[in-house]
Amino acid sequence: MTTATRLAARPPASADDTVLPVPQSRLKRLFTWQRFVTPVVVAIVLLVLFLFISNRTLDSIEARTLNADYIIARVREHLALTIVASALVAVLAIPTGIILSRTKSKMARGIVLGIANIGQATPAIGVIILLAIIWQTGYTTALVGLVAYSFLPVLRNTMIGLQQIDVNVRESAVGMGMTPNQVLRRIELPLAVPVILAGLRTSLVFSVGVATVATFINAGGLGDMIVNGLKLQRYPVLLTGAVLVACIALLIDWVAATAEDLLRPNGT
Amino acid sequence: MPKPLNTALIQISGKTSGARIELDQVTKNYPNQSVSAVENFSMVAEPGELIMFVGPSGCGKTTTMKMINRIIEPSSGSISIDGRDVLSLDPHELRRHIGYVIQQIGLFPHMTIADNIAVVPKLLGWSKAKTNDRIYELLTTVGLEPEDFADRYPKQLSGGQQQRVGVARALAADPPVMLMDEPFGATDPITREKLQTEFLRLQESMGKTIIFVTHDFDEAVRLGDRIAVLSNRSQIEQFDTPAKILTSPANDYVASFIGLGAAIKRLVLIPVTEAKLGPASAAENGPLTVRIDDSLRDALDSLVLSGAPALKVVNLQNQPVGSITVDSISAVLGAEVPTLREPTAVPGS
Repeated sequence: MTTATRLAARPPASADDTVLPVPQSRLKRLFTWQRFVTPVVVAIVLLVLFLFISNRTLDSIEARTLNADYIIARVREHLALTIVASALVAVLAIPTGIILSRTKSKMARGIVLGIANIGQATPAIGVIILLAIIWQTGYTTALVGLVAYSFLPVLRNTMIGLQQIDVNVRESAVGMGMTPNQVLRRIELPLAVPVILAGLRTSLVFSVGVATVATFINAGGLGDMIVNGLKLQRYPVLLTGAVLVACIALLIDWVAATAEDLLRPNGT
Repeated sequence: MPKPLNTALIQISGKTSGARIELDQVTKNYPNQSVSAVENFSMVAEPGELIMFVGPSGCGKTTTMKMINRIIEPSSGSISIDGRDVLSLDPHELRRHIGYVIQQIGLFPHMTIADNIAVVPKLLGWSKAKTNDRIYELLTTVGLEPEDFADRYPKQLSGGQQQRVGVARALAADPPVMLMDEPFGATDPITREKLQTEFLRLQESMGKTIIFVTHDFDEAVRLGDRIAVLSNRSQIEQFDTPAKILTSPANDYVASFIGLGAAIKRLVLIPVTEAKLGPASAAENGPLTVRIDDSLRDALDSLVLSGAPALKVVNLQNQPVGSITVDSISAVLGAEVPTLREPTAVPGS
């Protein structure tokens, strides 16, 4: 069947045959000491916050919010908004990015990028409140606002991730007889994963912060604590809300960074 | 495009060595460009031939090559492989049966060497066992230890090793036709020469039909069965064996492309046995000798290096069989002689 024959002997070694170092394995990449800095810091901050609050005598207003049930409910609302919005962004923006990077029409690309840009450039609070005025208040509206706000990073990173792939890699894939779909699935998307994930990470962290304004349209979340704390001048409440939001943002960023390292294709 | 064509493909893919490639009046125009990139290009490559396209950059040699596997679609004209019209085949299926090597190699960085080589076999639906056997065989063929290299990633290989993988990958499904676009152009001179030698040896046993694009005339002389010297719009200035082009360039353009030292370049093609050897006693006993299977270029090199008037010629067993001088080398160039390319010209080895 095959006609190739083996060479009689291995060619003599030259400078070109130097053995190059093997890059770090995945596990080594994951378990560095830097990896544990964020969770430790977050744990310490939360502990300090807990000690601070539990050593105070709370008045009735404070006691209504500074209890486990209330806080867990707000955190849950906050996370639901953030994670669902980011999941929606991933489902919508990644395919849009793929389609836009395939289209030759500069106009289509310009229009979609323009809209995504507007979504991000407009202050999120404005978008959410405008939406609430012309549509309705509540969770769905907040979700739409969040998606609009965090759409751009994923869209742009998907396009960049696909564009930055070495043209020679793409050409050899085509030259070997892969169909456009096979090139996308086997070559382009795996190689674009790190960049796309970086976009998703940005958009997740955006969402955590922006989800605090959901409180203005009655969509819950930790914004409730911050705004109530401000309005009623109960600073422990304000402080708890703000610290929790910051800690969630840090933790989500940490999870996303770990996922990036975990999902980065081998060999790159 | 209609697809009642699979029978045609099987007939191409059934072959593993040498198919006949025919390009007829092939033209490529790009929109917004008044001059064609390739104009009325016609050529036939016989089965098992290694054809070199040589020309300056921008002359259209790469474009011409890429139209054969339809990476670039021709504007007009016809291209056929073993009599089957390439333009009527499904381009993806077609490319799976044509080996393709580019200068920048384009290995897939996220796949191991084994997975890189397995790409086309996988596309063709080979079994895992068959594919693995083939990977092992090919890595051995290109001089990379399979146990050592199969599970590495491209980044862990040097440039020369990567290009060997590139060649192995193109050979994976044993295609009858190979297209190579300056495959050794980006390697250092020592590695390049090594790769060229290995490649020639490989081709000797495989007998693929190969279109090989280069801008390096010396590489063309060294590797090619025939050389097409191309000028703008991929016009063929001369299409002939290296020896014929070196002895009688068709015009000034070809002559300028050969550059200085045509005589010395020709010597590469002529074996020592073509020279009239003097008696072995005519040469002093020195450390330098000439082997009977060397080329006259090697002999001249040794003569110049040693400064001796004559050098011993030894056979493969290292026994002296005669001596060679600069005069005897010049005498060969003066006469019309057969060259290394022709099978009768390698006696005594």
